[in-house]
Parts: sequence; C-alpha cells; structure tokens
Amino acid sequence: MNRLYLTAAVAALALGTQAQAESLAIALKTEPNSIDPHFNYSAVNIAPLSNIYDPLVESDAVKKPIPALATSWTALDDLRWEIKLRQGVTFHDGSPLTPRDVVYSWCRAPLIENSPSSYATFVNKMASIEIVDDSTLIFTTKEPNPLMWSDLSQIFIISAAKMGAEETVTFGAEGCTGMGEVPQSAVFSDLGYAMGTGPYKVTEFNRGEALRLEAYDGFWGDKPDYDDVTIRTISSDGPRVAALLAGDVQLIESPPIQDIERIKGEGFKTTETKSARVIYLQLRQDMTETPPMMEAEGNPLHDQRVRQAISYAINRQGIVDRIMGGYAEAAGELLAPPMFGTTGRAVDPYDPEKAKALLAEAGYGDGFKVTLGAPNDRYVNDERVAQAIAQMLTQVGITTDVDATTASQFFSRRNKLDFGMFMAGWGSSSGDTSSPLNAMVATANKDIGAGGWNYGRYSNPVVDEKIAKALVTVDDAEREKLLQEAETIALDEFGILPLHYELTVWAMAPEVHYEPRSDQRTAAYLVEKAE
Amino acid sequence: MLVYLIRRLGQSLLVVVVMATLVFLGVYAIGNPVDILVAPDAGAAEIARVTERLGLDKPMWQQFLTFAGNALQGDLGDSFVYGRPALEIILERMPATLELTFVALVLSTGLGVSLGLVAGLWPESVAGRTIMAGSILGFSLPSFWQGMLLIMVFSVMLGWLPAGGRGDTVEIFGGLRVSFLTWDGLVHMILPAINLTIFKMSLVIRLARATTREVVPQDYVKFARAKGVSRLRITFVHVLKNMMIPVVTIVGLELGSMIAFAVVTETVFSWPGMGKLLIDSINLLDRPLIVAYLMMTVLIIVTINLVVDVIYTLLDPRVRLAGTSA
Repeated sequence: MNRLYLTAAVAALALGTQAQAESLAIALKTEPNSIDPHFNYSAVNIAPLSNIYDPLVESDAVKKPIPALATSWTALDDLRWEIKLRQGVTFHDGSPLTPRDVVYSWCRAPLIENSPSSYATFVNKMASIEIVDDSTLIFTTKEPNPLMWSDLSQIFIISAAKMGAEETVTFGAEGCTGMGEVPQSAVFSDLGYAMGTGPYKVTEFNRGEALRLEAYDGFWGDKPDYDDVTIRTISSDGPRVAALLAGDVQLIESPPIQDIERIKGEGFKTTETKSARVIYLQLRQDMTETPPMMEAEGNPLHDQRVRQAISYAINRQGIVDRIMGGYAEAAGELLAPPMFGTTGRAVDPYDPEKAKALLAEAGYGDGFKVTLGAPNDRYVNDERVAQAIAQMLTQVGITTDVDATTASQFFSRRNKLDFGMFMAGWGSSSGDTSSPLNAMVATANKDIGAGGWNYGRYSNPVVDEKIAKALVTVDDAEREKLLQEAETIALDEFGILPLHYELTVWAMAPEVHYEPRSDQRTAAYLVEKAE
Repeated sequence: MLVYLIRRLGQSLLVVVVMATLVFLGVYAIGNPVDILVAPDAGAAEIARVTERLGLDKPMWQQFLTFAGNALQGDLGDSFVYGRPALEIILERMPATLELTFVALVLSTGLGVSLGLVAGLWPESVAGRTIMAGSILGFSLPSFWQGMLLIMVFSVMLGWLPAGGRGDTVEIFGGLRVSFLTWDGLVHMILPAINLTIFKMSLVIRLARATTREVVPQDYVKFARAKGVSRLRITFVHVLKNMMIPVVTIVGLELGSMIAFAVVTETVFSWPGMGKLLIDSINLLDRPLIVAYLMMTVLIIVTINLVVDVIYTLLDPRVRLAGTSA
C-alpha cells in the first residue's frame, strides 16, 4: 500500500513538474491583510510584499544588512547618514527610481489612517531627509541610531509619481510637504498602485485565495528562478502539508514538527534554521506580596534563589528532544548566539537536587503553588512545553498548574499582569539583543519606551543604564560590549529564564530549494531551482 | 397571511437586536485586540495610538452605544485588521461560500431524497440496508477528519483532484466571481462540495426514508393503488410530494447553518469563503468583523426561515388555509 502510494505521488509529481517548469506555488500560514506596503507593520505582510517592493537596505538569511535600493549607508556623524541610491533602478512601469520616491515613501508610511500597526515607529525616529543630488540622500535622526540599517530596511519604496505627489517632496522638522492627496490603502484594490521596484509584479490578488506574481524583466538584481508564482494561504497545518504532498504547491512554511518525518519519508525535503525567537519564562519578581495565580507566603519569586531553582529544575534538553522533536535548541540567552550582543553563555544546567537545596535555603523547602500561564496556539507545541515545565517544577516541590489559552486571550491577560509566571516568546526583529533587552529586561517605563514587555518586572538600574546607552551607541564594538554586559547581569540574577530557540522549518518538493532564514520570511524571489 | 408575515418579521427583528447585544458583549469579553494587532517591537506611543483610533480607550457602554447607533444606520464598523468596512469584506467573500453551499445543497437533496426514497420503499432489501448503514457513517464522521481523508485519498494518493484552493474563476454579472463555470474551478470544487454534502445527505436520507415509510401505508396511497394508478405515478406523485414537506423544512434550516458555518470545510480545503474569514477574525480579535459576520448570519437564518414558511404553504394547502384564517 505504502509503496503504491509513494509511486503514485512521485508519478504525479513528475507530471506536475513537466507541465509547469517555470511556475511555482507557495503556501503560507497567514495571509497579508493588504498589498499596500505601508498599511500594516507585520512580518506576515512583509514576507509576501518583499517580492514586489524593495527597501533601501535588505537583510540576508542571517540578519546581516545587504544593499538593496541603497548601495551604501554611511554615518557622517552621530545623527546624519549619507545614503547612496542605486542607479538604473526602475519601477514596474519602467519609470526610474529617484530620491523623491524615497522621501515620498518615508513621508507616506505614517499617514495611513486605518493602519492596525503603523510604520510611524520607524519614521518618527527621523528628523529630516534631504535630497542632495540624484543619487544621494541625507537622513538625520533625532537620536543617535546604531540600528539605522535595520530601520532603513523597514520602509518599502513606492513611486511618488504614481501616488500623485507634487514635483518636490520634502521631509523636514515640520513634517512633509508636497505630498498631494495621499492615497489610502483602499486604492490598492487597483493593482496598478501595487507597483514597486522588486523582482515581481502583482498580476492578481484575491483575498483568501491567492497572490499571483510575474517576474519583472527590468529588475535591477538577479532575476528570480521562477517566472510565475502563486502565493496561497493555507492556515491549517494538516491541509498545508497535504497541499505539498499532493503537488498543489512546491513550498510550504512551518510544517508541523510531528509531520516532518512523514514529509521526508515521501521524498520531500526540509530545511531549517535557528529563528531569532526565544521561548522564555517570566517571573513576577518586583512585589513582596504574593503575585496573582500563586499560593505562597509572600512572593517566592522575589528571591533570586527561587528563580535560580526554577531554572535548574527545567530540563531544557529534554524538552527539545522529546517535545520539540529536536526542532529547537536549548537556550542560555535571549537571542541565539552568535547573533549580535550574545555572549555564548552556557545553558543553565538541569540539576533538580540543587534546585531543591536552593528552595530550602530560601525558606521554601515545603514548596509553594503556582499557575503557569501559556498560549496554546502561538508557538510550536507551546501548551505541551508548558505542561512539561509544570511537571518538572512539581518534581522539585513547586506544585504547578498550567493555564493555557488561545493567544488572543493569553496576551490580553498577560498584559494586564494576570500571571505570576508565564511562558511566551520573543522574536528580535533587529537581529541583535537590544530588542529583547529593551523590551523585557529594562525597567518598565512608558516615557522612554523601555520595558514595554517586562511583565516579570525585573529591574536593575545598572542594567537599565547599559541598555539605554547601548541604544544610542553607534560604535559597534562598544555597543556589543554594553549589550553583553547588560544581558549577563540580568541572566546572572535570573531576571528572565530563556528556555529554547525555535527552529523555523520549510518543507519543499525535491525540485526546489529554499535557503532557511532566521527572520522566518518566505519569499518567492528567494526560491531556487534545486540542482 | 400579511398579519402572519408582519408578526414573523417583528419576531425576527427582536432576534436580531438580542443577538447584536449578546455578540457585542461576548466579543468584548474575549480580549484586547491591540495586544494582537500591534507589532511587539512597536513602542508604547503606537499602542496608545491604535487604542485610541479603535475607540478602545472609551468605557464599554459608550462603545456599545456607538456600535448600536452606527448599526442602526447600516454601518457595522471598519475591520480592525483590514481597515475597511467589515460588511464589505464579508460580502466580498460571500459568493465563494454561496456557490459551494448551493452545489452541496443540490447534491445532498437530490441524492438524499432519491436514496431515502429507495430505502423507504424497500426497507428490507440489501440496497435499503446499505443506504441506511452508509448514512450512519455519513453523519458520524467528523467533518475535519473526513475532509483530510478525502484529500489524502483523492489528492495525495490518487492525484486526481487538487487538495484545496478555489482554482480559476470567471466574472459574471459584472464582477461576481464564480468557479463553477471553469473546468479548473469545478475540479477544485468537487472535494469541498462532497465534504459538505456527506453530512447533510445522510440527514436527508434518514428523514426521507422515515417519511416515506409513514406515507406509504396512508389511505390515499392504498386507494390510489386500488384505483389502479401506475406504481411510478404513485411513487413520484403521491409519495414523493407528501414526503417532501418535512424534507423542505429541514433542508431550508440546514441551508442557513450550511452557509453560515461551512467553516470547517472551508478551513480544510482553504476555500476562500466567509467561514474561513470568521475563524481568522476570531484569532485576530477583529471585533467589528466578528460582530458583522454573526449579525449577517442571524439575518440569513431568519430570512431563510421566512422563505421556508412560504414554500411550505405552497407544498401543503392546509398550511395556506390555516395561515389565511389566522
């Protein structure tokens, strides 16, 4: 039976390949909610739209900057950056890319009215953008910005002329001028507006069905391997795998871990890489009274020894091997080394005896009761990981229940500080440790935008100072040192407990190849024909 | 008849109002959409901006009043996720669902009634028994699992049919996109339509068989037979017409739920209908879209019930008479 099945699948596949040598179909997990590149700042939109539009700077598979529409970006001083624009680039209608288009795009991004999550965050960091000549722009930032390249990579460039801008567009301290009537996202239902400088043109976009692309002959970079691309969305895991096995699509993102063996067994391939996402535990440690969803005398988590005991009680390698099926890596830091700002610190050992001793030392030898909050549909096998942790903690005397709910519920409750202990994940969009440190380790302070996700309320002024300094230090060596020091102190005090780094997996038909990316992006222009 | 209709309309309206309130409160309780919408690395300023824009900073009663006021004017709000009117997005997705459900409806009624009739006329025969056994299987299988099984057999193993998606479409009536007029579209529709059909068909089979068994020993059937009316005419005129009455009622009611909740089938076959939209919206806490969707569902079901009542009167003159005198 199995053999027959395999033969049929291979035969179907062979036929399929012959019939459509130059076309490719991809299935994503989530659909973009607009093809307006400035509508929604979310990885879900960026991945498919990166086929159509280009930013000034792009990042490669391991989150290192590579030139895109800018050939260079050089710091003139702490605040001013000189951007050299690539020459000979054309939009899909054949019109040349000019500095005006860059200024217009940066001006338009924060002006999208109904944006669920706006690009204003990035644009607001800029004080002005000046056009020096046809190939040079000067970006001036409000604060020194060491991650300038990352910010430059966020805004996709669109055509000012197509959008109806005036001849001169400026971006100064008082805002933008010459914008004309700014078209809102709704106009993108006319696909003519979805015009960038990227490797593909849009030929069709039907919500819920597919985004169809056609290679753009005038593209400035290497021509992609496939001329016609269909990007579909299949949100359920089972059907997505079935579409691959049936030959409907040649590449899928995030196949469920438990299906990977089967996918491989039927002659398909997978590639995977460590993602920039770490799964971690946060422990409510600022208060001395008992935190929510916990039964104990006072707040045991306030005591560093208890936090250390929790870390030592968790068998991270066991979780990786048994629950994650090997598709994860035990974590000792907030971002997988060797990314920027990491130290290569060792993973906390699994030592239940030591954990019990530490608990006794802290006066909790008889243990206490706690509820571990977790989402059940957000991260890979999240609920099962939480269950395993609960069992491990219970073994050292901390009786732990799991309260796992759907992501929307979980995040709302977590953000209201409803949990004394919870498990969640953080993906670093900038590819360095400044992102997790500033969000989850720095003392929560709305005014300076620090600690927005510090729901464990860890706080150490020394760490805060190092993080704040790192955020405005342009010198890479010095910045890395500051980030490393801040992370080391926070982890030495068990302010946050890293658990594992998720691996991102792609599954594909034998005739295609996809180089895995740490930013989890699935883009058509990166799909190659297998040799 | 008019009085009856007006009374029914009044009841329907009440249902809609009660439903709107319940839905709004329910959706409100799920969680805070801002936590899902805003990218984690956006700052506090961005969170504040979105909260204010969506009106989530206002107290709940005020949000409800705004919603109710707008709803009365036919405005169910802009989707949080798409930034466009929720109703517009749902209507965009509706043709795909309608197309699929109507195909399933025709299949399930056609097949269900014929098979049920056979099983009812010859209950002890092998065919009758097989049909009944099959129908038990049909409505016992969970839809999701059954869909996956169809995909595994017909798409993965045999490679005959695509595993999902809608395929090619053509535009009719200036903009309405349908797939049943293209070969590729039809091929894509087969599996989801079958998946949606199996359960309903089993239901219809059982119902048709039971009513056939009830109708056959009736006096008028016996009389017709005694009078020497042909067997064919007895089956298709006397039996079929009378057994259709309960079938129409049930199929009508089921059509409503089929349109509104083709969710599972649409998810398995990534069919771009409204049901899939609902699931996505719930995951993203897109409140206006969820509310608009459920409101529309209520409207659809209420309307179908009305239509069923009218068809009923056409099939059974006694209902018509009773209706007039009331």
